[in-house]
Amino acid sequence: MARIGVFVCQCGNNIEGTVDTKKVAEEAQKLPGVVYSRNYKFMCSSPGQEMLKEAIKKHRLDGVLVSACSPHMHEKTFRKASDAAGLNPFRCEMANIREQCSWVHHDRTKKTGTVKGNDLTRMAIERLKRNRPLKKINIPVTRRALVIGGGIAGIQAALDIAEGGREVILVEREPSIGGNMARLSETFPTMDCSQCILTPKMVEVELNEKIKLYAYSEVEKVDGYIGNFTVRIRRKAKYVDEDLCTGCGECIEKCPFKAGSEFELGLTSRKVIYTPFPQSVPNIPVIDAPNCPKFQKDKCGACAVVCGPKAIDFKQKDTVVEEKVGAVVVATGYQMMPNERFGEYGYGRFKDVISGMQFERLASSSGPTGGEIRRPSDGKVPETVVFIQCVGSRDEAKGVSYCSKVCCMYTAKHTMLFRHKVKSGQAYVFYMDIRAGGKRYEEFVRKAIEKDGAMYLRGRVSRVYEKDGKVVVCGADTLSNSQVEIEADMVVLATAVVSRKGSDGLARTIGIGSDRHGFYNEYHPKLKPVETVNAGIYLAGACMGPMDIPESVNMGSAAAGKVLGLFSSEEMAREPIVANVNERVCNACWDCVVACPYSAIERFTVKNGQGDVMGMHAKVNEGVCQGCGVCVAACRSKAIDLAGYTDEQVFAAINAF
Amino acid sequence: MMKIPYYPGCTLNTVAKGLDTSARESAAALGFEMEELKGWNCCGAAFPLTPDNLIGLTAPAKVLLNAKKEGGGSVMTLCSVCYNVLKRTNRVLRDDKEKRSIVTGFIEEDYDGSIDVIHYLEVLRDRVGFEKIKEAVKRPLKGIRAGAYYGCMLLRPFKEMGIDDHEAPTIMEGLLRALGCEAVDFPDKAECCGAHLAMTRTDIVERLSGNVMRSAAGRGAELIVTSCPLCQYNLEKSQKKTLEETPGYREVPVVYFTQLLGLALGQDEDTLGLGKNLWDIRPLLKSKGV
Ligand SMILES: Cc1cc2nc3c(=O)[nH]c(=O)nc-3n(C[C@H](O)[C@H](O)[C@H](O)COP(=O)(O)OP(=O)(O)OC[C@H]3O[C@@H](n4cnc5c(N)ncnc54)[C@H](O)[C@@H]3O)c2cc1C
Repeated sequence: MARIGVFVCQCGNNIEGTVDTKKVAEEAQKLPGVVYSRNYKFMCSSPGQEMLKEAIKKHRLDGVLVSACSPHMHEKTFRKASDAAGLNPFRCEMANIREQCSWVHHDRTKKTGTVKGNDLTRMAIERLKRNRPLKKINIPVTRRALVIGGGIAGIQAALDIAEGGREVILVEREPSIGGNMARLSETFPTMDCSQCILTPKMVEVELNEKIKLYAYSEVEKVDGYIGNFTVRIRRKAKYVDEDLCTGCGECIEKCPFKAGSEFELGLTSRKVIYTPFPQSVPNIPVIDAPNCPKFQKDKCGACAVVCGPKAIDFKQKDTVVEEKVGAVVVATGYQMMPNERFGEYGYGRFKDVISGMQFERLASSSGPTGGEIRRPSDGKVPETVVFIQCVGSRDEAKGVSYCSKVCCMYTAKHTMLFRHKVKSGQAYVFYMDIRAGGKRYEEFVRKAIEKDGAMYLRGRVSRVYEKDGKVVVCGADTLSNSQVEIEADMVVLATAVVSRKGSDGLARTIGIGSDRHGFYNEYHPKLKPVETVNAGIYLAGACMGPMDIPESVNMGSAAAGKVLGLFSSEEMAREPIVANVNERVCNACWDCVVACPYSAIERFTVKNGQGDVMGMHAKVNEGVCQGCGVCVAACRSKAIDLAGYTDEQVFAAINAF
Repeated sequence: MMKIPYYPGCTLNTVAKGLDTSARESAAALGFEMEELKGWNCCGAAFPLTPDNLIGLTAPAKVLLNAKKEGGGSVMTLCSVCYNVLKRTNRVLRDDKEKRSIVTGFIEEDYDGSIDVIHYLEVLRDRVGFEKIKEAVKRPLKGIRAGAYYGCMLLRPFKEMGIDDHEAPTIMEGLLRALGCEAVDFPDKAECCGAHLAMTRTDIVERLSGNVMRSAAGRGAELIVTSCPLCQYNLEKSQKKTLEETPGYREVPVVYFTQLLGLALGQDEDTLGLGKNLWDIRPLLKSKGV
C-alpha cells in the first residue's frame, strides 16, 4: 500500500476564498493509501517546505501531493524539498486548485470550489500512486560552440565564449566579418566612429587562438541535439590559398577588371579579386568568378602573375568540413527592404535618391567620397537634403507592419553628420513619430533639432520627382496643416530593416522557428530572449528583429553566457520527461517520426550478430525530446508513452473523477 | 480570331465615341475582336466609398452577371472608370460572402465574382505584346513627344487594380514607344484631374488639371494620351483657363491612347474621331511629317 501525504495550500486567501481547504484535506485523508493530510496557509513558504520535509521523514511517505497553484509556479520548489528529504522528486505531484479552481469560481459559500478542489486532488492522488521514480538524464556535452554570422552580435558572442575558455567556430558568409556595422560611419548615440570601435574586435577574433574563423562559408546542415551537434560547413572557393596568401594586396592592385561593390552598395566599384573593405578580417582576397575573364574566357590571370607566394589557385573547389559542437549561436543579422518597391520615392530611377545605408557610406571616411557628402549624380555637395522616415516600416499595405526601431535614431544622426560636414546645409526630416526610447536617445534627437538645425516635418511624402537638377519632394506637414514642396539636392530614404533573404531556409536547416517576417523566434519574448525552442541553439542580434548595436551586443553576450553555462560541466542533466517506445509493440508506421516537431524520433534498424536486419522500430533521442507528447497521440499501436504522463496515470486520474 | 467580350459603358456610346471606334478597328488590325456584350447597363460610374453602400454595387454586379451568362470568362473595358468600378465590385462579390448574398439578392440572381475584368491596355501588353504592335505599325509617329496621363481610376487602389505600379506606371509609355513616339515622363502623370468636380467645382478642376498640363508641357510633351473620358474632358477643357493664367503656355492636345494607336496602325482620321477633339492634333502630325 502506498504511503501518500497530501498538503492543501490556502495561498493566503487566494484559494481559501472559494475553497474550503480543510475539507479538501479531510476528504483526501479518507482515500486509500493516504496516510497523512493537512492544510496550510502558504505551502511555498520556508515553514511550509520544512513541514513537507518533516512529514516525509516522520510518516515515511513514498509520495507527496501538493494541492496548490499551477505546477508552472512551484513544482520545482516542492520537488526540490522532496528530494532534500530523500524522496524521489518525481514522486511529488501538484494539483492545481488555484488557477484552475479558486480563481475561476466566485461562489463565496465555497461549495463549488470545494467540490472541484476535492475532485482535482483525488485525481492527482490516483495519478501520483502510479508515478514511477524517474532519474534525471545525463547527456555528454561537446564543449565547443558554433557561431553563425560574424556581425557585431556574432563577434561579441564568439569573443565572450572564447574568453570563457571554450573553443568557437565562427562561420561568416561574406569574405570578411564585420556585418552591417562595418558599413556605418559614426554611431548613435555617442557618435564614435563605427570602424574604430569595430575593427579592434575583428582583429581580436582573428588573433584569438580559441576561435576558428571560416569566412566565405555557409552552414549547410545541423544534426544532433543539445550538447551534441554535428554541423556541415561549405567553404566556398576563394581561388586564393589561405595558407600561402600574405594579404599584401598586390593582386588587387594589378587586377584590371571591376565590378559593382556589394559593400559600398553600388556607390562605387571594386576589383574582381577583392576584399570587401581595407580592414577586412581575414585579410585574404577572393575572386569573383562570374565577373572574372579568367573564368569566363580564360583570359588575363594577372593576379597569379604578380602573386609572390603563388597563392592564386584558379582550380580551387568548394570544400565541405564537418565539425562537432555542443551549442549554436545564430547571429545572421538583417538586410534593408528593397527600395524599388516605393515608386513614389523614385529610388532606382533618380540617382540622387539614396538609402540610409548608402548615406552611411557617403559619410564614412573610408567610403567612396572619403567622407565628404557628395551626391551620386554629379558629385556636387548637396545644400538641401530631405530625409524620409518609415519607408516601408509601419506600413501594412506596402511594407511591413512593425517599426524598424533604428531609423529615427540613425536619421537624426544623419542630419547631424550632414550639418557637421556641410556647414551651410539644411536637413529636412519627414516623420510619423519620433521613437527615441533608450539611454541618451531622446537627448540625441533634441540635439539634432536644436543644435544642428534639422527641420522636422510631421507627415508623409506623397511623391518625389526630378526637376532641373533638383529632386522635388512633395509632402504634408500635418502640424501646420499644409502641403509642402521642398526642392532638395538629395533625398535619403530610411528603409525598413527586414530579415535576410533566405532566413527561413536557414531556420529549417537549424530547426528553429521564425515569424511571418522571417525573423527568428525566441523561446519566450521576456523570460527566455536568447533561447530557441531547439535546446542548445541561441539567438543574438538583428536576426530576431530590428535592433541597434547596444542591443545586439547585449544579446551576443547573453547568448555567450548561456553557452558557457551549458559548457560548465562535461555532462548536462535534463528532465526525464521524455517519450519511450515499446519496441515490441511498435509496428514501424513512422507516424511519430512525421509528427515529432523536434525531429527527436529516428527509424531504428535492429540487426543480429551477423548483421542481418531483424526488424525496425521507432527510437526516441532523449537528448532532443521535449516531452510534448505529440507522438503519444499519433501512435496507432499505443507503443509510445511519456515518462511522468503515462497512459496508465492519465486513465487512473480520469477514473477517479 | 481571338474574341474578347467587351463592355463599352455609356460614355463610349456618346461623347467618347472616338475611344470606342478607334479601339475596335485597332483590335481588328492586331488580330482580336471586341465582342460587345448583348445586354449591358451603366456601371454606376463611381465605386461607392462607404463600405455599407451596397446599392451602388448592384448596377455593376448586373453587368458582371450578364457578362458571365454570355459565356466569356472575362470582360474587357476601355474607360478607366468602368474598369475601376467593375473590377472592384467583382472583387467584393468574389471575396465577401455576406455582401455578395445581399447584392445578388437585390438583383435576384447569384453571381460569384468568377470572371476576370481586364483593360484594353492589358490585352495590348499581355496578349498581343508591344513588340508585335511595333511590327504592325504602318505610320510610325516618329518625333512626336507624347506624355501618358494615367489619372487615378486606372491604377488605384493598387492592391485591387494591380495593372501597373500605381506610383510609377509605365504601361502606356511602353505602348507609345511601340508606336514610334518619344514617351515624355512627367511627375504629375498619376495625379488627379479633378474628376467629377467638373460638375460642381470647376475652379478645383482647373487648378488640378492645370497642374497636370503645366507639368507635362514643362517636360516638353506636345500631346497627351489617356484612357479616361472624364480625364480627357477635364484636361482639355481646363486649358482655356491655363492659357489665360500662364504666360507662355501653349495648348496641348489630349487624345485617347487608342486614337494614337489607330493612327499608327494606318486608320483614317475620321473613324478615329480626331476632329472631335477641342485641340486638333493634325497640325502637329503635319509639322512632324507624320
Ligand atoms: C542605415 C543604418 C544606420 C545604423 N546606425 C546605427 C548606429 O548609429 N548605432 C547603432 O547602435 N546601430 C545602428 N544601426 C543598426 C546596426 O546596423 C545593427 O544593430 C547591427 O549591425 C546588427 O548587428 P548583427 O550582428 O545582428 O547583424 P549584421 O550586422 O547584419 O551581421 C550579420 C552577419 O551575419 C552574416 N550572415 C548572414 N547570413 C549568414 C549565413 N547564412 N551564414 C553565415 N553568415 C551569415 C552576414 O554576412 C553578416 O556579416 C544602423 C542600421 C542602419 C540600417
